[in-house]
Amino acid sequence: MRKENSTALRSGIRDGMPIGIGYAAVAFSLGIAMRNAGMNAFQGFLISMLNMASAGEYAGVQVIMADAAYIEMALVTLIANARYMLMSTALSQRFSEKTAFFHRLIVGYCITDELFGIAINQEGYLNPFYYYGAMLVAIPGWSFGTALGIIAGNVLPARIVSALSVALYGMFLAIIIPPARKDKIVAATVISGFALSWCAPYIPFLKDLNAGMKTIVLTLVIASLAAYFFPHQEEDSNEA
Amino acid sequence: MKHNIYIYILIAGLTSYLIRVLPLTLIRKPIRNVFLKSFLYYVPYVTLAVMTFPAIVEATQSPLSGFLALAAGAILSWHNKSLPLVAAVCCLTVFICESFL
Repeated sequence: MRKENSTALRSGIRDGMPIGIGYAAVAFSLGIAMRNAGMNAFQGFLISMLNMASAGEYAGVQVIMADAAYIEMALVTLIANARYMLMSTALSQRFSEKTAFFHRLIVGYCITDELFGIAINQEGYLNPFYYYGAMLVAIPGWSFGTALGIIAGNVLPARIVSALSVALYGMFLAIIIPPARKDKIVAATVISGFALSWCAPYIPFLKDLNAGMKTIVLTLVIASLAAYFFPHQEEDSNEA
Repeated sequence: MKHNIYIYILIAGLTSYLIRVLPLTLIRKPIRNVFLKSFLYYVPYVTLAVMTFPAIVEATQSPLSGFLALAAGAILSWHNKSLPLVAAVCCLTVFICESFL
């Protein structure tokens, strides 16, 4: 390996370390949700390793619990992970033309909010080895954390399981609230999401949908209305 | 269960991979359509909001502790605290609350 690549790899591992630890904790909470859906540790490990997505996997677990159609799994995963399309688009601009094409196939597999964040912070073109370093820590943290949540969720007292089960929602809040503070329209979409999701059991049509479909319908409706009436003005091309 | 869980997992994994890899490999130029750009911009926030509430209140043993965790998480996030810290404080809020109830 060339020296600049091994330096980038080490630096990626260093920056990825706090992310990997945070992932393990949140994945543990996701594992508890999977255990409640009747999944075993291997299945949890597999779905986490293949998806690397908190919201996407959580939505997927709802589909599994509902025993819904396979197409619904694809739809729910698409909607819950739609933001990665934006990040992927942004990252596509950060590759040097000299970087071999297959690196895009590997980096793409692990585009997450946090890894995207540290990758975009790198100056100049992205060295894929930096990304690989972060992946080396993030992937085991996430996958083993999930498996551990499924296993240990069985033996921990109910009070601790109850406490840990909100970690995932805490993470969601940390992703949506800061942009909502900066952008009134985002704040309005978040509040509408809270309100409609809460009222859904009392709204005709919505009340007959399972959790995954409810998420899809509400997201499409609210995001379309917001995009139509309040088109987003780009202030920073790096922001996704 | 009628459906095979491994097929579910495979579909989810494949969908996640395609979503992330297709733009990275196919789109070399930025998206210009304003509606599409805005729609993609708003989607993540709406999805996460819909999935967070009221689920956070229903996940805990008592709804009150879920509400307090939501409040604590919202306040900390408002002040731009890091993701692991927000998650940890939410857990701690529920734990303390349910220890005294």
